[in-house]
Amino acid sequence: MTPSIAADEARDILPASTPQERLRNFCIIAHIDHGKSTLADRMLQITGVVDSRAMRAQYLDRMDIERERGITVKSQAVRMPWQVDGVNYALNMIDTPGHVDFTYEVSRSLAACEGAILLVDAAQGIEAQTLANLYLAMENDLTIIPVLNKIDLPGADPEKYAAEIGQLVGVDPDDVLRVSGKTGFGVEELLDHVVRTLPSPQGDPEAPCRAMIFDSVYDTYRGVVTYIRVIDGSLKARDRIDMMSTGAHHELLEIGVSSPEPHPTQGIGPGEVGYLITGVKDVRQSKVGDTITTSIRGATEALEGYSDPKPMVYSGLFPIDGSDYPVLRDALDKLKLNDAALLYEPETSTALGFGFRVGFLGLLHLEIIRERLEREFNLDLIATAPSVVYQVVMEDGSEVEVLNPSDFPVGKVREISEPITRATILVPSEFIGAVMELCQSKRGVLGGMDYLSEDRVELRYTLPLAEIVFDFFDQLKSKTRGYASLDYDVSGSQVADLVKVDMLLQAEPVDAFSAIVHRDKAYNYGVEMAGKLKKLIPRQQFEVPIQAAIGSRIIARENIRAMRKDVLSKCYGGDISRKRKLLEKQKEGKKRMKNIGSVEVPQEAFIAALSSDEGDMPKDSKKK
Amino acid sequence: MNPLSVYVHVPFCAVRCGYCDFNTYTATELGGGGSQAEYADNAMREMDLTLAADRAAGYDYEQVSTVFFGGGTPTLLPADDLVRMLEHLRTLIPLAPDAEITTEANPDSVTRASLSRLADGGITRVSLGMQSAVPSVLATLDRTHDPEKVPQAVAWAKEAGLDVSLDLIYGTPGETLTDVETSVKAALACGVDHMSAYSLIIEGNTAMARQLRRGELEAPDPDDMADKYELVDDLARADGLSWYEVSNWARTEAQRSRHNLAYWRGTDWWGIGPGAHRHRDGLRSWNVKHPSRYARMLAEGEMPVADAEQVAAEDRLVERIMLELRIADGLAVEVVPEEKRAMLAVHRERGHLDADALAGGRAVLTRQGRLLADAVIRDLVP
Repeated sequence: MTPSIAADEARDILPASTPQERLRNFCIIAHIDHGKSTLADRMLQITGVVDSRAMRAQYLDRMDIERERGITVKSQAVRMPWQVDGVNYALNMIDTPGHVDFTYEVSRSLAACEGAILLVDAAQGIEAQTLANLYLAMENDLTIIPVLNKIDLPGADPEKYAAEIGQLVGVDPDDVLRVSGKTGFGVEELLDHVVRTLPSPQGDPEAPCRAMIFDSVYDTYRGVVTYIRVIDGSLKARDRIDMMSTGAHHELLEIGVSSPEPHPTQGIGPGEVGYLITGVKDVRQSKVGDTITTSIRGATEALEGYSDPKPMVYSGLFPIDGSDYPVLRDALDKLKLNDAALLYEPETSTALGFGFRVGFLGLLHLEIIRERLEREFNLDLIATAPSVVYQVVMEDGSEVEVLNPSDFPVGKVREISEPITRATILVPSEFIGAVMELCQSKRGVLGGMDYLSEDRVELRYTLPLAEIVFDFFDQLKSKTRGYASLDYDVSGSQVADLVKVDMLLQAEPVDAFSAIVHRDKAYNYGVEMAGKLKKLIPRQQFEVPIQAAIGSRIIARENIRAMRKDVLSKCYGGDISRKRKLLEKQKEGKKRMKNIGSVEVPQEAFIAALSSDEGDMPKDSKKK
Repeated sequence: MNPLSVYVHVPFCAVRCGYCDFNTYTATELGGGGSQAEYADNAMREMDLTLAADRAAGYDYEQVSTVFFGGGTPTLLPADDLVRMLEHLRTLIPLAPDAEITTEANPDSVTRASLSRLADGGITRVSLGMQSAVPSVLATLDRTHDPEKVPQAVAWAKEAGLDVSLDLIYGTPGETLTDVETSVKAALACGVDHMSAYSLIIEGNTAMARQLRRGELEAPDPDDMADKYELVDDLARADGLSWYEVSNWARTEAQRSRHNLAYWRGTDWWGIGPGAHRHRDGLRSWNVKHPSRYARMLAEGEMPVADAEQVAAEDRLVERIMLELRIADGLAVEVVPEEKRAMLAVHRERGHLDADALAGGRAVLTRQGRLLADAVIRDLVP
């Protein structure tokens, strides 16, 4: 057994003065419910940085929503001391976001490490997102330590899954470690293994400082806390620093390491991981992937791999109570401080009133933001169907970027491009047919297929992002009885035969229901939407035609027949007060109606029409 | 000095019908002086107190222009009780020489003798709850009378010199258009000069609503209701009756129910009896519902009022539009708030308001408009 090191005995691994050969930087790649947080907690306990009493379950996940959903959105780093063969080491565990929408953040976390623990549930095997992140880690030349977790579970099948991941990583199944984060079994051996097998950082201590930002978190009291990995040189507490992407200068207010509470230090040395605080108030001033250098004798060349976060999915968010609009605006302003990928601008909809067009990295990002807005700011929101970004080239050669179907340009269109994804689907082999059929119906192109094991297959497809955000994930789950897992990554764009379908009520377009769809699916969309609206919109005093149209061409039509009876039959002395009050109530209801031309539509009808498309979100929330 | 209408609510029935949510009781013996036998005395006590209260508030009345005994089933009380109440009222305020004095009655709660006694005692009009002429429809409604009794009761009433109105209900679950036709024709064949027809409303707290929830009855369909209403109106018109309120038809203007018109024209009326409502110059109040509690309060010399509301000026305007638009005389367009007047033309275009009447300055519903009266009202009130 390897004892943990008391803090005062660890003078040879103090921050800013630990030699690089005594450092090990690693992350854990795992699927959402495969036990990453539990294992991380156990490591904190075993290395003594958190004592058992102070232990909060899943210490590293800060936000309530993350804790509840078992999703780690924001990564952090923890410095842990560990002794192997009488030598002290400092281990930096960098927590990575575990979800498809945060690929870029994952890639930056990976770039801060020399190695990765590939953690797989011994009862479930590897999932598509884990596989994608594993490939990412391998492309980054990380040393992979394959580990099966939850081996204490009765349903565990370590032999089978050791063979599977052994084959993926290229190791002998016997070399796949077996642990239980829950009981702590095998965790010390795992820590030893980290020290023995991972390379130490190989930065140049004498070179000008280059540190990579791998996370940036807004804290109400301290402003933005920036997490960095120093690659070359070192940072000292008194340095002035530059952000290399923008050239902005900052004073360092504090620099330190977290273990896991922040400990200010004199500096951060080469190969080390730590945090810094400059007093900026917005994570946009401290961007993930950016390189930090010292203002004096700084580096001239930034580290590779920086890019700006780019929203892939847009949705209109509208407060159900119109008077909540300022609350929504303030809430978005607050969330933006901590989310560099969140973009928004005001949007006005005839159907839904005032709101915002919000850009997200993907569907989960959308879902998290929406849930936080509703929960933390007490807002009731309605979200329009998520839409991707289209590039439209007009006949005259001008180009328009369309973030919102209702902003689709009028006039002759030469071509429309849509984003496409590289999608990976892992599925038991019995469902191959069903998945292929689904992907085909979603305009997918098969790129390849591999057997991970005898009965598990990896299918690689090129799929339009628009098809994925529509209802792909739900259908995939239902057609595979929940066994399929999906990962996708936007890989480019393609020209496609797309059209904008408008829904018209009495010849007036209802902006919230305009959609850009493939021409082959326009008719289905129109018929389905018209049928849905017919069911949801109450009969009016006159007949209301509902039409679906491409430009001026009507492709589907329904009729809401005129209401014929709206009168209380009896109205005598004792009924008058009651009737007047009923009338007042009906008038209140009328105020909450949205007028599309002269058609009165209750907001609930819009909500119902929009929300019946819900449930698309790939939310692999944790099983409780 | 204003004319006054008096409504007397008799809260007793032999059986409670499945669709009924009125304030009515089937027990003959209710504690605390609330029994049927004590009802007339209680009502007369309430008349005394009401007049005193009105006078104390500076209101007095020259004449009573209409009286209406409703229920419940007023004719469940001995005819003498109704006459006694009327006599008592007359001692308080004179009855107009042409006063309209109506009582509701069930076809099986009247006899030739009782009707004649009522006529002798000053009753001028009887409104019979016929509901339907079709036995299966009557059974669904829990009505106990034999449809054959209706023509007989009408004949007896006419013989006694009473004006007669028949009340019909259409839209009972299971009722066909042919059933409605049968019922209306049967009613008109009795030779009446006034008819009311109400679409069945299944209120949430009734036995019928529970049957509906259990799926034992089919929910009423508004289009079917509209078809039936139009059928009723066609048949009434063919017989020479014309509508004068959404659910009421009369042969001549003189045969319209003046008591009900008083409600729709916003005049003052008393409401005597448990749960009854009264109106005096914008003040609405209503009595406690239970006959026993009602009787106890009266015994203590207290007005049996449960609560009251002073209707604000704007609400009085709402009520005026809401009520006057329901009647054939319609509503003077000046009454409609200026910012809502544009809607008058919209509803004329939609065929809800009569174009000729509107040109003459009055908003009068067309037949299509009558069926959509509430929608029109919502567009015209402030």
